[in-house]
Amino acid sequence: MRIAALVIRILRQFIRDKRTMALMIVAPILVLTMLNLVFNGDDYEPKIGLVNVPEQIHSKLNLENATISDYQTNKHAKEDLVDKKLDGYVVFEQQSPYVFLEGSDPGVNGAVMKWVQAAFKPLQKNAPPTELDVNYLHGSSDMGQFDYFGPVLLGFFVFFFVFLIAGVSFLRERTTGTLERLLSSPLRRWEIVIGYIGGFGIFTILQAGIIVSFAIYVLHMLMEGAFGYVLLITLLLSLTALTLGIFLSSFANNELQMIQFIPIVAIPQIFFSGLFNLETISEWVSWIGPFTPLYYAADALRDVMVRGYGWKDIYLDLLVLTGFSALFIILNIFALKKYRKI
Amino acid sequence: MEKQEIIISSQHVSKSFGKQLVLNDITLEIFSGEIFGLLGPSGAGKTTLVKQLIGLDLPTGGENYIFQTRMPSLSIVERIGYMAQSDALYEELSAKENLEFFASLYGLTRKQRQNRIREVMEIVELSDHLHKLVSNYSGGMKRRLSLAIALLHEPELLILDEPTVGIDPVLRKSIWESFYELKKKGITIIVTTHVMDEAEKCDRLGMIRDGQLIAVGTPAELKNKTNSSTIEEAFLVYGGAES
Repeated sequence: MRIAALVIRILRQFIRDKRTMALMIVAPILVLTMLNLVFNGDDYEPKIGLVNVPEQIHSKLNLENATISDYQTNKHAKEDLVDKKLDGYVVFEQQSPYVFLEGSDPGVNGAVMKWVQAAFKPLQKNAPPTELDVNYLHGSSDMGQFDYFGPVLLGFFVFFFVFLIAGVSFLRERTTGTLERLLSSPLRRWEIVIGYIGGFGIFTILQAGIIVSFAIYVLHMLMEGAFGYVLLITLLLSLTALTLGIFLSSFANNELQMIQFIPIVAIPQIFFSGLFNLETISEWVSWIGPFTPLYYAADALRDVMVRGYGWKDIYLDLLVLTGFSALFIILNIFALKKYRKI
Repeated sequence: MEKQEIIISSQHVSKSFGKQLVLNDITLEIFSGEIFGLLGPSGAGKTTLVKQLIGLDLPTGGENYIFQTRMPSLSIVERIGYMAQSDALYEELSAKENLEFFASLYGLTRKQRQNRIREVMEIVELSDHLHKLVSNYSGGMKRRLSLAIALLHEPELLILDEPTVGIDPVLRKSIWESFYELKKKGITIIVTTHVMDEAEKCDRLGMIRDGQLIAVGTPAELKNKTNSSTIEEAFLVYGGAES
């Protein structure tokens, strides 16, 4: 009897908490849908440049399944490669062609090489197989998938944990009544928000430092750029995670409801931040990317860690991240109005 | 008590959450240096009224004035010590760390902080437990630490929401003695309670039921007017007359 009473009570609690109930059904559907979209995406169509290809060879090549651009000189092709307009280009010099790859995404490298082999098949019918000479703008043939995914995952985990911990600790502040006590003191609302940013900021510098060091020195993640930039990017990213976590915590009534934000807010970012090639994800969801902070952080991290770029290539990303933080800070100050009007 | 300076003045204060009326046209004046008890069952609206006084909540009708200033006002908040119904302590910190944190919020200097922390911990008889983690405190000790925090910045007005819940009779007596000590220093104290015998200890009482202030007066006055021998009986008479 007591067990039955307990079961009924628990069921009743579920029915009262419509949100938890909905989440338990919607969240798995959401995650499964995303995985489906990501892995059943289209094959990647590489963007390839052809430099100085003799007329008689050009007509024989199999140019299907790729976006082809023709170039007169090596220089122009390389410029487009740097701007990511090309994934790779093929140069013909004295009959022996060679391939030059952008190289930072091993998946794309593979797609280009596969295409090149297919394209050259018609030529090889009446000639001995020619050995292709391959060069890389970034990375090398040794580069593994992890080196490319690494920076994104690094950003994601920093984001994830700061988001969750900041959210829960601010939520505690609310549920234990200490927030009310803070607001019954002369403390200003913005001071509370800034105080949180300060406290967590210091902690996250440490956290980011440790995680980045571990990834680079222990896991030997590819690291072409400056350590300081990586720290700066992770710090700005954790600031957005912190402010977003605090903001969303005002919509949660307990820790469990805070955790419910993970599949809604944290996990989707990983799909749209460049971990998977956005061009292969269905168009009706890929637009989400630019709305997620991780998208910018991942881009900047990859620029620094894989491509070895510096300030002038990442400052825009950093600016956007700062913008996200500023937006969430302002929202937080307004959200606190719920507890004290002035 | 008469002809005293008015410290708190609530003018026709009402509060409704949607259709539910929590406070209904409350007009009340509290004088300097008195211990004023707000007596009523839980859910009567005591906490709602008290939160409006501290500026955490706004009335939907009427106005609250403290020190002749309309609430909410951040400059007035500095002169009030508030203790909420929940203990509102950081359990993972020690008592001293909690006290230091709140003292800093009120801008006490390091030296002032040390002195005040010693003084308030003596008042609530927790001096021996200053360095203990709050998570190791008993319920009564937490309550007393909360009170100590409310006293830290030497407020002129103390607003205490159910200050003696879960405190044993001996300690409760000693806490009330400290209230009388504070009163001697000219501090005004507002205490909410649902315990009838505790109400006897206040200088004046306001009885609240269903959001209405049903009677105001000294405990003796309230008993005399209703020919009751206890506050509980008086409350029943006022409550019954109203319904």
